Parts: sequence; structure tokens; C-alpha cells
Amino acid sequence: MTYSGGRVLLGSQGESQASRFRIWVMISIGLAAILFQVYVPLFFPILSFLEMPLLVVVYFAFMRRSQIVGLTVGALMGLAQDSLSKKPLGMFGISKTLVGYFAASVGVRLDVDHPVIRFLLAMAFYFFHYFFYWMMSRALLNQQVAFELQRTSVLALLNAMVGVALFHFLDRFRQAA
Amino acid sequence: MESLLNRYRNITVLLLVIFAQLVLLAVQVKNDRDVRLMRVWAVTAVTPVARAAEMLRSGSFALVRNYILLRDANDENRKLQEELGRLKLENNFLKNELNTADRAKALSVFQAHTPSKTLAANVIGTSAGPDSKLVFVDRGSVAGVERGMAVVTPDGIVGKIVAAYPTASEVLLITDPDFAAGVIGQTSQARGTLKGDGTPVCKVDYVTAEEKVKAGEWFYTSGDDRIFPRGFPVGVVQSVRRAQPFQEILLEPSGLQHGLDDVLILIEGVHQAIPENAVAGGPVYIAPPAPGSQPADEQANSQTNNSGTEADKLHARYKAIGQAEGHTFGEGVPGSKPPDFNIKLPTGGAAAPAGAGNQPPTAGQPPRQPASSPPAAAAPATPPVSTPAPTAKSNQAPAQSPPARGGSGEDAAKRSNSGTAPAAAAPSRQPPPPLNSPGTPTAPSAPLKPKSQPPDEL
Repeated sequence: MTYSGGRVLLGSQGESQASRFRIWVMISIGLAAILFQVYVPLFFPILSFLEMPLLVVVYFAFMRRSQIVGLTVGALMGLAQDSLSKKPLGMFGISKTLVGYFAASVGVRLDVDHPVIRFLLAMAFYFFHYFFYWMMSRALLNQQVAFELQRTSVLALLNAMVGVALFHFLDRFRQAA
Repeated sequence: MESLLNRYRNITVLLLVIFAQLVLLAVQVKNDRDVRLMRVWAVTAVTPVARAAEMLRSGSFALVRNYILLRDANDENRKLQEELGRLKLENNFLKNELNTADRAKALSVFQAHTPSKTLAANVIGTSAGPDSKLVFVDRGSVAGVERGMAVVTPDGIVGKIVAAYPTASEVLLITDPDFAAGVIGQTSQARGTLKGDGTPVCKVDYVTAEEKVKAGEWFYTSGDDRIFPRGFPVGVVQSVRRAQPFQEILLEPSGLQHGLDDVLILIEGVHQAIPENAVAGGPVYIAPPAPGSQPADEQANSQTNNSGTEADKLHARYKAIGQAEGHTFGEGVPGSKPPDFNIKLPTGGAAAPAGAGNQPPTAGQPPRQPASSPPAAAAPATPPVSTPAPTAKSNQAPAQSPPARGGSGEDAAKRSNSGTAPAAAAPSRQPPPPLNSPGTPTAPSAPLKPKSQPPDEL
């Protein structure tokens, strides 16, 4: 992993190097994230706080630095997550589509190889994701769900911590452009 | 237009995707109908992988669980093995203790019934010489041991004291080449001299070729050497080889057959009769009586038997109480009236207090005998019931006994005051009848006092 010095902001578009992934790697990692979300909490309920699909979407959006790829990955992961949940299709899909898009947009501007940036962005996007999801639940589904700021903040923190480790692990699978 | 689309391509795609999902969501919400097809795709894509993951997980868990169980079983097996080893050691220790107790009991019984005055001693060491057959016993001149005294066990003679120190004595075993003692055959009446050979067997010298000695015949001390009183078992003939002028007789000593732990030193030896019957050569072991095989009079005797433990005395007392009250232990329903354990039993019975049981048995009522005790020559005139009772030869009266040898109460008291003899050493022990009938080998008319210089060779 290479850090671009102490700078956080990238100077130009050409300074940002998009990482490439093999297609089967992307599919496998996405599928593993979905599996983790639906399977692991069965045996380890304490791990249910982890939002693996979201972290994977953020990671691919960061690394690919392409908004199209980011929103596509987000839409697919969100819809897959919706399909395996009781919610109507599109709730997670729309949220993760937006997350993927904005994560890719940020990845173009910021040095997302830096672990601190990754940590902060992962936390921010988790917060954004659940805020948007809560908003859609109230607006589109008319569900009176309370937004638990404190709990969501803690979960965002925990997911960001796991996300940094996960991103470091997933860096092994990327190929230089 | 085209440049405009290229410029806003990303946001356009985003809006399209969001719009499509919003439509999808709206359709579901408005029609309250699920889009099942997409869920089927997702489930179909995910479940095979989930199944494989579950198999992997369950297999891994089972493997780990089995490993842990196997490890636990291994640990348990190791613990059980350790416990088994410990129990084996304990069992061996208890067997040794039991064997020691049996031997001590046999020794005390023998000591109680032999007319000679004896002193119990323990073997505490052996001589350092490679060839000599010497052992040390823990009784010395302070206890009254003198050079030349005979050392015996219930199985037979062991040796003689060759040196008496204040706290220990040195015993020359009968297997030592320097040892010699006068012996006589049980059936052939052949007289000879027992000599050690430095090996586990001894030889009997000076038996003329005319004497008809056969293998298997028992030899006893003849009393000629004035060390060993007449009538103590020596051993059984292993082989006989005819030669001139004397036969070569090899004899397996009976006194050393079962090891040497406890011995008796004959402070004052008394001649005894040589038994007529063959002697059982088994080890000295006091077996418990067979259930129901004990006669009533022997039961009564056993009740007064003082050679048992406190538990035996208590057992006998309870048995007597049960008999007195007509109560059978082990019967009756729970809650039924138990026997009165505080009743006074007739004096002399089993209900006698434990202290009363310390009285030694009389010659007519001996304590329980070893199942296969050696020669009955060591037994009194009335052999115990459970002993293979060889009787004194009809044509051979018991050895002549000096008047001061155990017959008087004074001497008996003196004998009991030796301090080392167990309590079973009876002050009321009766000496055997005099050995003065015709045909009897010459016996000393005086008590066998150890000589100051015992002969190494007769």
C-alpha cells in the first residue's frame, strides 16, 4: 500500500490512480459480504452490527474511482441485500447506490489509500447510509422509525474500525492500473 | 447534446438507477406485491454458497469438537492409567502388609505352641561377605541372646547365633559352608550331619549307605548337637546318591523357603517329638475358615482367641450378643428392633472385654493355625483343629524335658517376661511329655543352653 505523502487532497485527476480488480474477485468479495451479512450473525449475533456490503461498496467505489462503477456496485449489493431481507426491493439499493456514487466522487478528490481517510470516510458513509435509509423509511414507506443517533454513531465507529482492516485486506486483491 | 450527456453522464446514470429503483419500490408499495423474481435470483445465488459454508463450518466444528473430546479422552485415559498404577502399588503394599501380618501371626502362633522359650527377632541386614551366608537380627545380648543359640522359623531351622552384640546378633544360616547340625530322617531314622553348601540347598553327611533315605523324606533336628532341640524341621530331601561309605544327600531347607523377615531365637530349647506323618511344604499362611465349616467348639475357642485384632474381638462380641439374643445380623426389615449391645455376657465368652482377650490360649485351645503349617513337632500334644495334624509317634515319646522348662508357673512367667514374645506366648503352655521311651534317640536331659563356643562342625 502506498500513501501519497502527507497530503489528503489530490492535486489533479491524473494524480489519482484507479485500481483494477478482476471481475471474479469483485463478484466473490461481494458475494462473501452478502453471505457474511446473512450467515455469520446466525452463529455470532454479536457481529450483526457489521455492515459488510456497505463497506465493500465503499471500498470498490474508493478504489475504482469511477462513479458509474461505484453506483453500479452499490445498486447491485443493495438489491441483493434487499432480496434477502423483508424490506421492499430498493431500500438498501437506493441507499447504497448513493453511497457508491458519492464514495467514488470522494475517492477522486481524496487520498483514499490513507488509513485515517479511510476510517473517517467509512464512518461518514455508514452514517450517511443509515440516515438516508431512515429517511426513506419514513418518506416512502411511512414507517415511524426513530433515528438513534448515539447508537448509529457507535456503530459507525465500529464499522469504520473494521472497515480499515478490511480495506487493508482487500488491497491485496487489487491490480495496478 | 452529446457533449452535454457526456459531461453529465455520471449523474445521469445515477438518476436513472435511482429512478428505476424508486419505481420498483413504488410498484411494490402501491400494489403491496413483492417482486419475487429478484428474490429468487438472490436466494438461488446465495444459498449454495451458504450451504457449502455451513458444511464447512459444521465439519470444522465437528472436527474441533472431536479433537477436544479425543483429547479429553486421552487425558482421562492418562489419569485412569495413573490411578490404576497407583492402585496397583497400593494393592501390592496391602498384600505385603497382609503377608507380613500373616507371617507375624503365624510366628506368634508357633511361638505360643512351641515348648521352647523363644525370642522374636527381625532380620535387619545381611553380611557383607560375598560367600558367607550371614544375617543380622535386631536382638542382641541386651535381650538375652547369646552365641550358639538356635534360630528358627515356623517353617524350620534357619541358623545359629555366631555373634551376639548388645543390640544385634549375627546369624550363620544353614546354607553357609561353615554350618553344621545334627539331623535325623523322619521315616528312615537315619542320622547325619547337616552341612551348608553355599548354595540354596544343604547336604546331609555321614549317612551310611545302608540307611534307606529317599527323596522327599523330611529331616528334623536330632538334638545331638546341643544347639537345636530335637524335632525341629530342617528340610526335605531333594536327591539321594548312593556312595561309599556315605550317601550324598541334598536337602532343601524349609526354613529359608519363604524368605527371612521374622525369626525366633531359641533362648531355651526343649526337645520335641518328630511327627510321624509327612509334612506339608506349603507356605505359612493363615487362611480364614470356610463359612460354616467351623465347629461350634472351635467357634467358642475363636471367640476367646486373643491373637486376633480388635476388630476380630469386636466381631466375636457382637456375634455372641446376637446368639444370646437370638438375633441374626443382616436380617430383619429396616426399623426393626436392634439387639441390645449393652447386655452383659457370661464371663469367658465372646462378650469378654477386649482386655480379657489378651490372655494367651491354652494348649488345649490353640488359636487358629496356619493352613499348611510346617511340622507339627512345633505344635503341642493336642494339635489345632485346622492344622494337618501329625501326631506324635506312638513309639516315640516326646522329648525329655527338664523340670524347669516351661512346666512350672515360675518358669512360664519368666518366659512371658522375655518382653519380645507376643502376648500369645502362653504362660500356661504345657511342655511336651518326656522323651524317654525306648527307641527314642538320645536326648539331653538338661535344658539346651547355648554353649559358649558352639562347634562349627559336629
